Amino acid sequence: MKVTIQDLLPIFRDVLENDDIELSESTVAADVPEWDSLNHIYLVVAIEKQFKIKFTTHQIQSWQCVGDVLKELNK
Amino acid sequence: MKLALLGNYATQFLAKPLSKKLKSEYAEFQLYHAEFNTVDFELLDSDSLLMQFEPDIILWHESTLGLRDLFYQTNAVSRENFAENYIQKIGNYLASINSKLSNCRIIFPNHSLVFNDNVFGHFSSKVISSWKFQIDKINFLLNELSVKEENFYIIDSQPNKKIEVITDYSMVVNAELHFTPDYLNWLSEEIGQLIAVFRGLFKKCIVLDLDNTLWGGIIGDDGLESIQIGNLGIGKAFTRFQKWLKELKYRGVILAICSKNEESIAKSPFLNNPEMILKLDDFAVFVANWNSKADNINQIQQILNIGFDSMVFIDDNPAERDIVRKHLPLVCVPELPVDPSYYLPFLISQNLFEISSFTENDFERTKQYQEESRRIELSKSITNMDEYLISLEMNARICPFNELDLERIAQLTQRSNQFNLRTIRYSKIEIEKFLSNPNYLTVSVEVSDKFGNYGLIGVVIIEINGSNAVIDTWIMSCRVLKRTVEHATMNYVVQRLGELRVQSLLGEYIPTEKNKLVLNLLSDLGMSKRNTNNYFLDLKKYKKLTSFINEL
Repeated sequence: MKVTIQDLLPIFRDVLENDDIELSESTVAADVPEWDSLNHIYLVVAIEKQFKIKFTTHQIQSWQCVGDVLKELNK
Repeated sequence: MKLALLGNYATQFLAKPLSKKLKSEYAEFQLYHAEFNTVDFELLDSDSLLMQFEPDIILWHESTLGLRDLFYQTNAVSRENFAENYIQKIGNYLASINSKLSNCRIIFPNHSLVFNDNVFGHFSSKVISSWKFQIDKINFLLNELSVKEENFYIIDSQPNKKIEVITDYSMVVNAELHFTPDYLNWLSEEIGQLIAVFRGLFKKCIVLDLDNTLWGGIIGDDGLESIQIGNLGIGKAFTRFQKWLKELKYRGVILAICSKNEESIAKSPFLNNPEMILKLDDFAVFVANWNSKADNINQIQQILNIGFDSMVFIDDNPAERDIVRKHLPLVCVPELPVDPSYYLPFLISQNLFEISSFTENDFERTKQYQEESRRIELSKSITNMDEYLISLEMNARICPFNELDLERIAQLTQRSNQFNLRTIRYSKIEIEKFLSNPNYLTVSVEVSDKFGNYGLIGVVIIEINGSNAVIDTWIMSCRVLKRTVEHATMNYVVQRLGELRVQSLLGEYIPTEKNKLVLNLLSDLGMSKRNTNNYFLDLKKYKKLTSFINEL
């Protein structure tokens, strides 16, 4: 089944501890104040747990925006 | 409480869960988080930001992976001495910390998450210069160092519960994150528990159910011959559990029974079944009746005179656990697995009985509580309090601190919550400093009576400034409550202060959640109240207090 922004949103809100966060495919870390390098790692860990997958080191480093994460999840 | 965190990996992932936990538990919590890889500078430079922060606790976490990188950079000739050099370096840093911070504890997770790099495979045990050989040696030497260094506390890095991934190598590469958030959450819990123990919060007593908790089956229905213990049925699980409980008892944890049974039937296996590891005299209190368990635990708490938050209740019956949780929310009630084979591994994984000091005296504790039960029996038969106190035939040795007692004295300052005037916690090192400081009058009190020896149960520290003196610490064990021990001690203190030409004594009561018991201590000792919590005594006007204690 295709993973959508709506599937990612609760993870972002939970990890970043902010229920007002909205996401689009073009959202980048700079758009969300709580999305710092520390929380980036917590996001990766939470997404991996939720979708029971493991990203490669290369994949994590190549992410630019939320759309890139979705693309990896839907491969 | 001020905690400084430093290490050789992305420690912000430890700082986050740890701060969250400690902030919720201690309103005054402050964290200083050192920059990545600044251990050398922070600990050796007396003006470093860490030293200026003056932490009570330094959490120093070195990742074993980082240490291995260091090992690989070490030239072949020096590798045989890698462990010794590393330990020496830590020893030097500890000396540096101790020279600048007088009251600081250092928590150091060890390197027990050892992985063999398999450069030598299993053969590494024969190669002194191999990584595996040296890291095993480091762990051994760390323990030795912590025996020597009073304020250096090792935490075993190896989790005692299942954590799926401890190190995610992708995260190591991406973020210098050497441990997964799951692992660091676990580590935070362990560190938080140790800090709670430093502050006097730890488990002192286990209250146990009997049927299907200490043996398989129901003694009232199945009878003495049919309960499962030893080789009968799944008896081995209960035997192992009892052996572990006995070890805890030897360490100083008090065991008590709380069972819904006829008392004589409940006691029969302990008396007549040779397979039972635990015997009646292993228990400080034995309560078997048909009252509610919450009521019975209340009663046990009163006899032992300890806080509910230092009690653990173990019962196989979920309904009983629920009742106790509801009525006595401070009592720790672990959710026991259904299968008795897992009781013991489960309880071990909870690590409920952490301590920060251990003395020979701890072995005696159960006996002391049993003596206490007999004193309570005697007091029931005597109606006049003075008569009762005389009949106890109490003796006391009241004297300055003695080298041999330092550990026990420090332990009293750390453990005592109730009969504690100001609740200042001291380490053994700090206690040792009082010994040689002429500006302090130190007093330790040992008491015995015809039922037995209480051991060292009183500690008083008085600070002297010329002709004035101030009570810094006044602690007594609740076991000597209402025995006029505080009177005899005060008489001694006043006499000593007189010899030192001190004219006045100031006292302050610092209220806590637990020390209401000593709310009126200072006025009972003949001091006059100046305002809410401050008291004054003109030593010339002191009238010797009545006591029923023979001084040795």
